[in-house]
Amino acid sequence: MAKSAYQNRVELVQGTLDMLVLKTLQWGEQHGYGISQAIRARSNDVLQVETGSLYPALHRLERAGWVSAEWKKSDANQRAKFYRITALGKKHLANDYERWGKMVATIEAIMSAKESAS
Amino acid sequence: MSLFDGRKKDLKEEIESHLRMAAADRVAAGATPEDARIDAMREFGNMPLVADVTRERWGWLRMENLVQDLRYTWRTLKRDRGFAAVAILILALGIGANVVVFSVVNTVLLRPLPFDHSQELAWIAAGGNVGGLSDVTYRTDSYEAFRDHNQSFRAVSGFVPFRGTDFKLTGYGDPKPVAGVWVMADFLQTLGVEPMLGRNFMAQEALPGSASVALLTYPYWKTQFHGDQSIVGRSITLDNAPVTVVGVLPPSFDFGSVFAPGTRTDLLRAIHPYDVRNYGHMFSLVGRLKPGVTPAQAQAEASVLFPQMRDALKTQNWINDANTVITGLKEHVSGELRRSLIVLWCAVGMILLIACVNLSNLLMARAAGRSKEFAMRTALGAGRGRIVRQLLTESLVLSTAGALLGLGLAFAAVMYLAHQGSLALPLLSEVRIDGVSLLWTLAIAMVAAVLFGIVPAVRVSGINLQETLKDSGHGTSAGRKHERMRSTLVVSEIALACVLLVGAGLLLRSFMKVMDVDLGFQPSHTAALPIAFNANTDEQRGEVLHEMVRRVGDLPGVEATAFTDALPLDSNRSWGLQAKGRSYPPDWDNDIYVSVVSPGFFHAMGIRIVAGRDFAWTDAPKGRQVILINEATAKRDWPGQDPLGKIAVGVGPGESTVIGVVANVRESSVEKASSPQVFVPVTQSNDLAGQNLLVRSSLPLDSLAPSVMSTLRSMNPGQPATTFRTLDSVVDHSTSPRRFFAVLVGIFAGLGLLLASLGIYGVISYTVTRQTQEIGVRMALGATRERVQMVVIWRTLRMALIGIAVGTAASFAVAKTIITMLFVTEPTDPVTFVGMAVLLLGVAFVAGYFPARRAARIDPMVALRSE
Repeated sequence: MAKSAYQNRVELVQGTLDMLVLKTLQWGEQHGYGISQAIRARSNDVLQVETGSLYPALHRLERAGWVSAEWKKSDANQRAKFYRITALGKKHLANDYERWGKMVATIEAIMSAKESAS
Repeated sequence: MSLFDGRKKDLKEEIESHLRMAAADRVAAGATPEDARIDAMREFGNMPLVADVTRERWGWLRMENLVQDLRYTWRTLKRDRGFAAVAILILALGIGANVVVFSVVNTVLLRPLPFDHSQELAWIAAGGNVGGLSDVTYRTDSYEAFRDHNQSFRAVSGFVPFRGTDFKLTGYGDPKPVAGVWVMADFLQTLGVEPMLGRNFMAQEALPGSASVALLTYPYWKTQFHGDQSIVGRSITLDNAPVTVVGVLPPSFDFGSVFAPGTRTDLLRAIHPYDVRNYGHMFSLVGRLKPGVTPAQAQAEASVLFPQMRDALKTQNWINDANTVITGLKEHVSGELRRSLIVLWCAVGMILLIACVNLSNLLMARAAGRSKEFAMRTALGAGRGRIVRQLLTESLVLSTAGALLGLGLAFAAVMYLAHQGSLALPLLSEVRIDGVSLLWTLAIAMVAAVLFGIVPAVRVSGINLQETLKDSGHGTSAGRKHERMRSTLVVSEIALACVLLVGAGLLLRSFMKVMDVDLGFQPSHTAALPIAFNANTDEQRGEVLHEMVRRVGDLPGVEATAFTDALPLDSNRSWGLQAKGRSYPPDWDNDIYVSVVSPGFFHAMGIRIVAGRDFAWTDAPKGRQVILINEATAKRDWPGQDPLGKIAVGVGPGESTVIGVVANVRESSVEKASSPQVFVPVTQSNDLAGQNLLVRSSLPLDSLAPSVMSTLRSMNPGQPATTFRTLDSVVDHSTSPRRFFAVLVGIFAGLGLLLASLGIYGVISYTVTRQTQEIGVRMALGATRERVQMVVIWRTLRMALIGIAVGTAASFAVAKTIITMLFVTEPTDPVTFVGMAVLLLGVAFVAGYFPARRAARIDPMVALRSE
C-alpha cells in the first residue's frame, strides 16, 4: 500500500506549494498538520506534502508577512500553532493564481496543438 | 544561552504537536498508541533535518550555525591540543612574519612621508659620478640661481648634509655633545612642519650677524630638558656661544629617518646661504612643487635651466649641477629599498604559502582520521554544506588564533625594529602596526584559512557515507588518492622552500663577499673619539694636537693614536685636485675626497703607505704645502708617472707637493670601488670637517676610555663627555642595510625550511601509521627491517628530489630578478645552488629517517593482530 501511495504521488511543481498553502489557509486558519492533511484530502491522496518542504515554507511565508501564526487549542483540545493568511498573503495568492492560470493555459495550448501538416 | 533558544523551542513544540495530532488520527483509525506514534514519526521523516532546514528560513541561521560550529570547534580542538598548538604556532610564524614585513613595506613604500602634502615634495640632486655627498650637493650661487629662476617650484630650500663634529653643550653638568643639523630658515616651512612649541625660524634670523637660534627635536627635548616647556625662549650654550631655543619640533618629525638614516639629530640650527658662499658644495635641496607640476616636468626645466645658468654665471664646478636629477622626495627616500622590500615581501608570502600547505596537510591527515565522525554526522542529518562549513570554521578559528599570536610576535618585532637607531635604513623609526597593518593581518588570516581549509573540507565532504561507516578505510584506493594529494602538497612545499633558500643563499653569499672586501684600512681594535681643543693660530693647532697625540699615545695599552677630521664610510666631502701643468678636457671632473689628518694617521688606521713618506709634525704652516694621495688619484692625475714630488693645484689656496701615495681605501661605501682621495696635514690646514682622535689598542677599548678622557680633560676642561666609536661599528653601520636584508631573508628561509621539514615528517609519519598492517604483512612474508626502512626513506627522498628539481628551475628565474641586490655573486652561483640542494636533501633525509625507523621496528605479529 505504501508503495502504491508513493507511486501515485505527484511532485509539486516548483513554487506551487506556497499557492496551495495560502489557498488552504483561505478556508480558515490551520496548523501545519492540518494543512498537510487538507491538501492530501482535497487532492484525493495524490499530493502528499513533505514536512521537510511544508515547515520551511510556512516559516518563509511567515517571514514574508503573507501568513501570521498563533498558538491555540485545536478542536481536539491540543495546543498547536495556527497559521492565518494575511491581507498581503491574499494579494500574493491572487497574483500567483493568475500567473498559474496563464502558465497552465500556455502549456495546454502547446500540448494540445494539432500537428501542423508536414 | 543562544539568541534563538525561544524560537527553537517553539519549532520543537510545533513539530511535536504535528506528531501528536498525526498519532491521534491513527489511534482514531484503530492503531495502537505505540504503532501510531512510530508511524507518525516515519511519515514525518528526518526530524532534525526538517528543523534545520526550517530554521534556515529564519535568515539568522548562519549566525546560529556559526555559534554552534564555534562551540563544536572549541570542543574538538580542546580534545586535540597538540594538533591545535602546532597549527596555531605554524600560522603565527607565517602571519607574524607577514605582518612585520607589511608594516615595513607600508611605512617605507606605501604610506606617504610624514609631511603636509608630501607628494608635492621633490629631491633635487646634482649628478656627479665620483660618489659622495659633494657630488650631489649645491653651492650657494647655484642654489640661489635655481631658486630664483625656476618656474616649477613654489619653494626650494635645503640643509647641510655634512655632519661635522657635534656641538658642545655646556651649562648642564659636564660638556655634552649635541648632534645638530644646519638647515635653511625656510626648510621646515617648505616641508610643512610646524613646531610643537614655540615658533619656526624666521628669515631674518639667518641673516649674517643675527642671533643664533635653534629648534629642539622632541626626543632631545624630552631627555636633555625633561620636557620643560619654559626652555622655549631661553638661551643655551653651544660651542661656548649663546643660542636661543625658539621652539620644539613635534614627535612626528624625525629628521634622521628621512634625510640621514641611522643617525641621531638633537637640534636644528638656522644657516644662511650667504654665510657659506665660499664653502663650495654645501646644500642638499628639497623643493615644494607648484600645484599640478610633476617631478618629471621640473626635471625637464632643470635640464635646460642649469646649463643655461652655468653659461651665464661662469662659476667653477657646474658640471654636476648641469646633470641635476629631480625625483619625488618619497622616491628618493625609499627608492633604493623598493626592490629589497619587494623581495622580502615575496619571501614572507612564500612562508605563508608553505605554512598553509603544511596546515592543509595536517588537516587532511586529521580529516582522514575523522571520516567516521563526519559520516555519522551526515547520517544524523547534517547537510554536506554544513560539514564543509564546520571544517572551514575550524580553519578560521585556527587562523584567527594564529593571527592573534602572530600579531603579538609582529608587535614585538616591529617595536624592536623601530628602535634600531643605528640601522641605516630610512623611515625605520616610523614603522609601527597601524590600522592598515591590522586590516592586512585580517585579510591574510582569512585567505590563509580558506587556502588551507578548503581542500580538506571538500575532500572530506565527498566521502562515501556507507563505505566509510562500514570500513575502516585502511589501504583502500581512496586512501591512496588521498596520499597522492598529500605528496603533491609536500613537493610544492619543498619547491617553495628551495626558492627561498636559493634567494637567501645568494644574498648571504653577497653579504659575505662584502664582509671580505679589502677596506684598505684595519677597523678592528681602533676607535674614534670626538674631541675639542683650543687653538687660535695654525702653529698653536699643531702644537696642541701634537701634545694630545703624544700624551694619549703614552697611556698604557695605546698602540697608536692620531687626529683626523673624518672617518672613512662615515662622512665625506670633496674638493678639486688637478696636476699642475696638465691640460684637462673642459668637462673634466676633478672631484676628490679630502681628509685632514695628523702624522701617524695611516699607521693608526692601518692604511699602507705605498710610496714616499707620512706627514711629520714638522710640516709647518708656513712651509711647503704637502699632501698624500691614494693610488686612484695617482692613476687619474699622473697616469704612467711617479707622482712623488709632483705639484698639485686646487687643494688649499696654493700649490701642494705630493710626498706620498697610500693604498686605496673604501671611502663612501664598502661596495663601491675607491675614488681619488687626498690627505692634507692638519698642521697646514684649518679647514676641518670634524675633529676626531683615533686610538688603536690591543686592550678592550672600553677599559681605555676613562684614562683617555681624563687626559683630554686635563688638556682642555671643555672636552665634551663623548664615547668611543669603534671603526668596526662605523663599518657595520655602512653595511647594515645589506646585513638587515640578508639576515631577514635568511631567517625567513630557515623558517621555510623548518616548515617544509615538518611537512615531510608529517606525511611520511602518517603514511607509516596507515600502512602498519601492510608493512606487517610484508615483514611476515620475509621483508627485512633494512628493506622496510629503505623503502620509506626512498619515498621521502623521491619527494624531496622532485621538489628540488621544480624549485631549482623556479630559482633560476627568481635569482635573475634579484641580480641588482647581489654583490660579486652570479645569480647562477653554483655553490649556492648545490649547497641548497644538499641542505634540503639532508633535511628531508632526517625528516624521513624517524618515521622510517619506526616502520622498521614494527612487530609483524602485533601489526597483523591489531584492528
